[in-house]
Amino acid sequence: MTDYPTFEHDVIVIGAGGAGLRAAIEASGSGVSVGLICKSLLGKAHTVMAEGGMAAAMGHNDDRDNWKVHFSDTMRGGQYVNNWRMAELHAKEAPDRVRELESWGAVFDRTKDGRINQRNFGGHRYPRLAHVGDRTGLELIRTLQDHGIHQGIEVYMEVTVLSLLKDGDRVVGCLAYEREHGRFRIYKAKAVILATGGIGRAYKITSNSWEGTGDGHALAYDAGAELIDMEFIQFHPTGMVWPPSVRGILVTEGVRGEGGILRNSEGKRFMFDDIPDNYKDQTSDTEEEGWRYVTGDKNARRPPELLTRDHVARCIMREVKAGRGSPHGGVYLDIAWIKEKIKDAPEHIKKKLPSMYHQFKQLANLDITTTPMEVGPTTHYVMGGIRVNADTQESTVPGLFAAGECAAGINGANRLGGNSLSDLIVFGKRAGEHAAIFAKENGHGTLDNAAIEQTAKAALEPFDRDGGENPYTIQHDLQEMMQANVGIVRQHDEMVEALNGLDALKSRAARTFVPGNIDFNPGWHTALDLHNLLVVSEAIARAAIERKESRGGHFREDFPGKDPEFAKFNYSLKKSEGGGMEISKNPIPEMPDYLKEVIEEMG
Amino acid sequence: MKKATFSIRRGGRETAEMVDYQTEVSEGMVVLDAVHQIQAESAPDLACRWNCKAGKCGSCSAEINGMPKLMCMTRLDTIPLDQPVTIEPIRAFPAVKDLIADVSWNYEVKKRIKKFKPRAPDAEDGTWRMLQEDVDRVQEFRKCIECFLCQDVCHVLRDHNKHEEFIGPRFLVYAAALEMHPLDTEDRTGDLKDMHGIGYCNITKCCTKVCPEHITITDNAIIPLKERVVDEYYDPLKRLVKLFRKK
Ligand SMILES: Cc1cc2nc3c(=O)[nH]c(=O)nc-3n(C[C@H](O)[C@H](O)[C@H](O)COP(=O)(O)OP(=O)(O)OC[C@H]3O[C@@H](n4cnc5c(N)ncnc54)[C@H](O)[C@@H]3O)c2cc1C
Ligand code: SF4
Ligand code: SF4
Ligand code: FES
Repeated sequence: MTDYPTFEHDVIVIGAGGAGLRAAIEASGSGVSVGLICKSLLGKAHTVMAEGGMAAAMGHNDDRDNWKVHFSDTMRGGQYVNNWRMAELHAKEAPDRVRELESWGAVFDRTKDGRINQRNFGGHRYPRLAHVGDRTGLELIRTLQDHGIHQGIEVYMEVTVLSLLKDGDRVVGCLAYEREHGRFRIYKAKAVILATGGIGRAYKITSNSWEGTGDGHALAYDAGAELIDMEFIQFHPTGMVWPPSVRGILVTEGVRGEGGILRNSEGKRFMFDDIPDNYKDQTSDTEEEGWRYVTGDKNARRPPELLTRDHVARCIMREVKAGRGSPHGGVYLDIAWIKEKIKDAPEHIKKKLPSMYHQFKQLANLDITTTPMEVGPTTHYVMGGIRVNADTQESTVPGLFAAGECAAGINGANRLGGNSLSDLIVFGKRAGEHAAIFAKENGHGTLDNAAIEQTAKAALEPFDRDGGENPYTIQHDLQEMMQANVGIVRQHDEMVEALNGLDALKSRAARTFVPGNIDFNPGWHTALDLHNLLVVSEAIARAAIERKESRGGHFREDFPGKDPEFAKFNYSLKKSEGGGMEISKNPIPEMPDYLKEVIEEMG
Repeated sequence: MKKATFSIRRGGRETAEMVDYQTEVSEGMVVLDAVHQIQAESAPDLACRWNCKAGKCGSCSAEINGMPKLMCMTRLDTIPLDQPVTIEPIRAFPAVKDLIADVSWNYEVKKRIKKFKPRAPDAEDGTWRMLQEDVDRVQEFRKCIECFLCQDVCHVLRDHNKHEEFIGPRFLVYAAALEMHPLDTEDRTGDLKDMHGIGYCNITKCCTKVCPEHITITDNAIIPLKERVVDEYYDPLKRLVKLFRKK
């Protein structure tokens, strides 16, 4: 019999980023008891790193903006394989969610008339991102945290969830360990919300922290839920490339929103060379018009640097491959040039992009107000994730909900910058609301002690072996392989090779050895994360092999064009009876007429 | 390539020792990279906290050669490498394991500070109007990444252990952000004086010097709060008014 400490709540939220916090606030506000579990300390989740802003069509800076434009921008950016209902709800509800943050104490940058200021971002037709300099994520997470601590939510920090517990079909809790002493614990819940963020750690070059190991994706998958869209990974075009130790750290798109331009080693502004047809009439064709756009001229069209991320990332790759890159394998991002246009440019840059200024000064010894930065693509965001009901955020497993980056649907094949932070609060709220309803309608389930024992025993094996594989080395090899074989530019044979490689890595992961004791042992934590990384990597590779076309974040060298046949469904991955990964096609339901009209109207 | 030696605290809550590790140093490396390299090469169980690796989350606070710093923002080419570089957890709080300190006290303190209470909305749609110049000051305080380095250096906590009576510079900044928020209507001056121990601060400015976010903690947050307390409680006229109000 298991005698692990057991904690009971109506709703358990796994993850304390923007989505998890917002869900916890909503659920506890509706009167159920809420436990919030996170791997790090409260306030340190990945959300804290978000820079540029959150998208909400409030129309403060351009009154032509409204939910319809935001909806159609999101669908266009996602290349129409998005869950249109999620895109609709998101566009409609984001403004209220942002205003609500203000009533909880958030202090956004202001317009001249004292309202929340909004900035331009790639793929958004009008200035739409509510922001605080370039530290919007910090403002979001701190506001939710400081509001949430007065709500009676029980927070369990530095606790990692290992598996979801089921009673028949339904999820009724989870098994976790606390990091300090490695002790197992059981959380019983009537409903569980996953808000575990992304998967960036499956790649070598990434903007994600150690937490981004796809835990929620794997937990849901292991519990029988469906994952969709896993082939769609966003490679952000501008990560740092030098020095080596900071490779991958993000350079916010806000730099381009404020007028930053991309040049190759020949000094050419290469983004003008390739503008996709469906964006031609929204994109400026002269440098002069591009500048007018970023300085707020409503009649100007956006500069090509602000095209969608997938496209910009590929253009950068093209320049580097053609030998026109910077010394360390990137291209130049120049914001210093704006001194030709405005006086006190250095002051302006420091005010608008303080943490970028700081980051380059301190980590790369470079002053962005005088010198161009070297940048290149970095693994940033996963569009794919747990398949959910758009309105309730419930997964395909009863009692299991998901929100934020680990849930899928809203972004389709490519996410627009700024649409994640707004996604977190819109769907975090919905998940909290509906999980609470579910908890009120259902009692606690019965725990499966055998399953608990089995998971706990397997988790301890790395200590029992007399030697074996170093978990850090396996993680490193996995990252190298995913970067090389299932990266920005993909090809059938390489991905098949990756699947074989994953099999080999799986057997190695079953032979890890960790020295030392169980107290706060990162080697052990890394060994346990490997399973999650392997599940998401396999899901990415399998879906990417099947999608024989190029769309959004998924680019196939062997199928460079878009194929309308592939716009009709999403790929879904599920654990089969036999334990293997099964892939199938989920037809995308037809869009209702009123949304079709919106798309047509917006052009 | 050049090698350097790092002398790192190893051990749990009760006992610990400094252990030397050697690792290679490459261009642009920061202290956190060295710790990660040591983890991967020779000490997989070496515990440290980190998240963003870009000075944004405030997880990786430590004392490097005795100086409170973020490990991810401290470049190795800014410290002498001809002798061992010591890395220890921040000392104002109990050590948990290796480089990890138990900072849970800070989370408890925050709960005791009265929460944000906005005035009624200014506009019919339920929103407010604030000008940028009115929020600049508060935005400075809201840059705080809760690294607790200021708590670490403040002698009231570090040397005098007044954790029961004094909330420390981080939470004085937090209180200032609330008190100076243009929309806030709550009054925290009484608490600052009685519960939060603002009087213990004798303006040494050590906190301001270590803040990685360059928040002018003492001049912009603490001193104005102290002035509010003085105005409210030690100004004879106001005291009289207060006395009457109570009745
Ligand atoms: C550098 C950077 C800048 C960005 N800028 C922007 C931007 O400007 N605008 C925008 O819209 N988006 C931006 N994004 C994307 C956005 O920040 C993320 O997609 C978003 O914050 C994810 O939030 P989340 O709540 O889903 O998860 P996260 O914030 O990632 O939180 C995940 C939580 O889950 C917990 N967790 C994970 N696994 C477990 C487990 N097994 N057990 C217990 N807890 C677990 C973690 O501890 C953490 O608390 C940026 C991303 C990065 C990396
Ligand atoms: S100025 Fe005050 S709060 Fe800051 S370190 Fe000195 S005594 Fe502590
Ligand atoms: S005020 Fe500065 S030093 Fe103190 S916790 Fe905040 S960021 Fe860290
Ligand atoms: S790791 Fe985030 S501040 Fe150092």
